[in-house]
Amino acid sequence: MPSLGADMDEGILLEWLVKAGDAVHRGDIVAVVETPKSAVEVETFDDGTVQQLLVEEGQTVPVGAPLAVIADGHGAAPVEAVPAVAATPPVVAVPAVHPPSPVLRHRARELGVDLDQLTGTGPDGAVTRQDVEHAVAVHAVDRHPLDRHVGRPRGRGRVPAAAPTGRAGRLRVSPLARRLAAEQGVDLATLAGSGPGESIRAADVRDAAAAGRDAAAAGRDGRPVEPPATTPPRAEHAAPQDMRTAIAALMSRSNREVPHYYLSTTIDLHAALQWMHERNRELEIADRLVPAALMLAATARAARQVPQLNGHWVDGGFVPAVQVRLGFIVSLRGGGLLVPAIAEADSVSVVETMARVRDLTRRARSGRLRASELAEPSITVSNLGEQGVESVQGVIYPPQVALVGFGTPVERPWAVDGLIGVRPLVTATLAGDHRASDGATGARLLRAIDALLQRPEEL
Amino acid sequence: MTPQEARSMLETTLREIVPDASLAELGGSADLRQELELDSLDFVELVDRLSKRAGFRIEDDDADELRTADSATSFLVRGSAGRS
Repeated sequence: MPSLGADMDEGILLEWLVKAGDAVHRGDIVAVVETPKSAVEVETFDDGTVQQLLVEEGQTVPVGAPLAVIADGHGAAPVEAVPAVAATPPVVAVPAVHPPSPVLRHRARELGVDLDQLTGTGPDGAVTRQDVEHAVAVHAVDRHPLDRHVGRPRGRGRVPAAAPTGRAGRLRVSPLARRLAAEQGVDLATLAGSGPGESIRAADVRDAAAAGRDAAAAGRDGRPVEPPATTPPRAEHAAPQDMRTAIAALMSRSNREVPHYYLSTTIDLHAALQWMHERNRELEIADRLVPAALMLAATARAARQVPQLNGHWVDGGFVPAVQVRLGFIVSLRGGGLLVPAIAEADSVSVVETMARVRDLTRRARSGRLRASELAEPSITVSNLGEQGVESVQGVIYPPQVALVGFGTPVERPWAVDGLIGVRPLVTATLAGDHRASDGATGARLLRAIDALLQRPEEL
Repeated sequence: MTPQEARSMLETTLREIVPDASLAELGGSADLRQELELDSLDFVELVDRLSKRAGFRIEDDDADELRTADSATSFLVRGSAGRS
């Protein structure tokens, strides 16, 4: 997998243009790779015969990983692939003494061009790739309407096999549409293409994204609106790089603009966990509570009690939210994170909180969140309890003004009524925006969370 | 249930929850939650699926028994023996 940019550390092998047994020549285009920005064609540096393809279409592989083995006269060597968009134009002309290369034949077949009908413009009258594409442009064949632009690296514009797709076969998507979809969090599989052959065009993505924004905006006003049933706007995972870039931008902004203050307290979870275990004995296993559900429910209610921390910093002033939209950070297995929110989290039961957390987490990880569920929370919880660390000093998600963190509950000696006992303890932290609130206000929020967790039956 | 059957049941279930897990490299005494990065939701799902497969209810208090592949295997063997 060639590096197609400084920020690229992996790519998706979209399509192979050769198969095992094909002869290839230096400069031949052998594959199409998707990068965060676009689909790019990859050429080989070697002459030889393709011995084995090591990567399947749709597979994501890190930069530097071998894609295929090409055997020359001296034994097998991994493909040294370089992008066709490199500074020096790729040499793809096929000498007339040879029949057209498999790559060219493949390309011609794909474009519906009969090689025998072409007049070659290459050395010794050989038919070149440019000739094939020229023929396509002239005849404007519509078999591959997206591939008609000549002389540029072209995206095959298809969803890799691994991507979630709601319909059979592959989607036909223009590269611009694909990029827009990744940027705007639109699930391509849910779109109906308006282009030729039902291909998805950029306009389709823009429409869906606009519908999603409307739904999200309505949600912020406290009037949650279900997205239209016909084209549900959903969030699709952006490529990891895109997600990293987005996180980098937001966190840098937070660090630059938000003067954070940090508070921390230790909470005895004895009563909360006791109550939880009792409830779990009655619940179906699949519905069982985990400690995070209690902490989230307690935080939502505490945020209602301390409204100075539940809202957004907008245009130099604090705007309290009309409800508690409790965001919680879901780390994704491939890296990166998403922050879905529980609407009106202060008024749902612990069992219901658990059900929403389970549902949202599952769908966040499978790329099936609705845009409305990713609308701006009014306060966010970072629960690193799963990661085995005791406390988290968080970075606020602007324009929110507070982030509550929970570490791993740990058993520690703890003084209770003048005696030392072993208790499950959790470190709760608050990162507060000092423009919007002072430490005393923040302390009230942590104290409220503590008090609520001592009376779990009232949650 | 034999230990082999129990181990295979455990691996099948883990693979359903973490499809890309490399269980071959997983040592018998490695901490499952840490090695496979299971969060508490994953763990509840593991308990749920194992309970259904093994045919007995696994309680919260049994969580320690599922800490490693070895302990989980012997727990499943004991649990299913208590049933039959």
